[in-house]
Amino acid sequence: MGTLREAVLKNEGYKANDRLLEIPLPSKKVIYDIQHLNLWYGNTQALKDVNLAVNEKEVTAIIGPSGCGKSTYLKTLNRMVELVPDVRTTGTIMYRGKNIFDTSFKEEELRTWVGMVFQKPNPFPKSIYENIAYGPKIHGIRNKKLLDQIVERSLRSAYIWDEVKDRLHDNAYGLSGGQQQRLCIARCLAIEPDVILMDEPTSALDPKSTRKVEALIQELKKEFAIIIVTHNMQQAARISDRTAFFLNGEVVEYDKTGRIFSNPTDSRTEDYISGRFG
Amino acid sequence: MKYMDAIQVQKRMRTRLIKNGVAKSLFFLSTIFGLFVLAILLYRVLAQGIGWVNLDFITGKLSTQPERAGIMGAILGTFWLMVVVGPVTMFLGVGTAIYLELYAKKGRLSSFIQTNISNLAGVPSIVYGILGMTIFVRALGFGNIILAGGLTMSLLVLPIVIVSSQEALRAIPQHLSEASYGMGATKWQTIKNIVLPAALPGILTGAILSLSRAIGETAPLVVIGIPALLIPFPEGIFDNFTVLPMQIYYWTLDSTLTAEYANLAAATIVVLLLILLILNAAAIIIRSKFQKRY
Ligand SMILES: Nc1ncnc2c1ncn2[C@@H]1O[C@H](COP(=O)(O)OP(=O)(O)O)[C@@H](O)[C@H]1O
Ligand SMILES: [Mg+2]
Repeated sequence: MGTLREAVLKNEGYKANDRLLEIPLPSKKVIYDIQHLNLWYGNTQALKDVNLAVNEKEVTAIIGPSGCGKSTYLKTLNRMVELVPDVRTTGTIMYRGKNIFDTSFKEEELRTWVGMVFQKPNPFPKSIYENIAYGPKIHGIRNKKLLDQIVERSLRSAYIWDEVKDRLHDNAYGLSGGQQQRLCIARCLAIEPDVILMDEPTSALDPKSTRKVEALIQELKKEFAIIIVTHNMQQAARISDRTAFFLNGEVVEYDKTGRIFSNPTDSRTEDYISGRFG
Repeated sequence: MKYMDAIQVQKRMRTRLIKNGVAKSLFFLSTIFGLFVLAILLYRVLAQGIGWVNLDFITGKLSTQPERAGIMGAILGTFWLMVVVGPVTMFLGVGTAIYLELYAKKGRLSSFIQTNISNLAGVPSIVYGILGMTIFVRALGFGNIILAGGLTMSLLVLPIVIVSSQEALRAIPQHLSEASYGMGATKWQTIKNIVLPAALPGILTGAILSLSRAIGETAPLVVIGIPALLIPFPEGIFDNFTVLPMQIYYWTLDSTLTAEYANLAAATIVVLLLILLILNAAAIIIRSKFQKRY
């Protein structure tokens, strides 16, 4: 059954509605299990009783209007949200069976399992090589040969190796916006994460670069769980396996992408998807 | 109906244009005034002093005979002063800035500290002189050696270094450190590898400019009581010393007795200005060479 589903996924091209919804997914492991998650910035509540489970080797899309808490949710998954002063959370986020809010679970460790790609490409003002080697270096890898290998493999996995292999030691700021974003993805791959969080990774890119990044995501999901925030519903439909619709900090609906876009249960989902608001 | 009356507009046009011209000339005049005074100052100094600046003058020892007097002692004093002020202010200033900008919780206490640091930058330099004399010269018993003078000067410029370093750190975009945290870097790794290197040009620029403030300052050293007439060259930070502005000060005072002292003072000013010019040029070069790339 699994192989049939995979074949369907491969062949369906980019038309979500054609998905054969009834074919069951191959049984996959749950990587994130979020239960009763609430989050407050000071006194304003940004996430309200969020319950979601995220599977490995899948693309999970988060959609919803501006300010509904998509970025907040994503940043909670790797505890980056705690960089904001006055943030308070309740509930649990189980990552591979461990609560990430446990004091014994260090956020630095969590973030080596959970990589993040941001909305605006944010390479460091360093060379392409140094950008990729940064992650492995901070985790203690000093061996030059090993670093060379990691850099090459990460750049290859992000399909940017051919474009940059002759200028590895040039500043990353010389790359185009789309290349910079793929560099950032490669940088994230270099720490060999389990999960990649992406916050509107293509919103600052032109259509051509967007397509490249989307194709890359399709490749990456063979190995990683990808959770992607997008305000582009076409994109969610094109690339994701599951979609969660957020509204005012709540999850209105969470289902297989095909169902969300063809036959949503909640009328608010339908309104949003058909462009009636947001 | 039209709200704009063409005739009224026409009538007012003349006065509007005149006001426009007046505003421009006023601002131009204030600029010219400043430049003019500066030019006269420079002209007088150069006219009086440039003829006295030569190798013997720069490398020579102090002497009561104007023709034989040199300022190497004061140059060395200024140099050793910088050797103390530079590292001390860099370490304390940048450290404080990092703490306030990147570690301290934003709250009432930190804004209280912040306000006071900004206020300290405005405290008259002579007050720092008194502080330095009380603490370093007397309480710690250093006497008026370079170390005491340097530490006093460090106190004086510390607020400037702190504030300018804070500004440099603040200018580093958040998304750079987020990228680093996102890969599991600790705070210190992020500061050391990402934030500080990016902020370094700004920090250095501020530090160099405050260094040039320190070597031009006289009042605190007058209070500490460093000698005016000092023949031996200082060889380290534990020696007695005098500095260029101090030399200028005494020669100017005594120019009523010996007319040539005025020329010596002017010549020393030329040398001091040259040093300041070099420092400022260094700051400008650093700033433009490492133009923000993020
Ligand atoms: N750093 C912050 N401090 C306070 N409130 C914030 C902060 N970031 C986001 N918010 C608030 O939380 C809500 C959700 O924001 P966000 O997660 O950025 O939404 P989205 O990514 O869906 O546009 C918004 O109401 C926003 O104003
Ligand atoms: Mg957002």
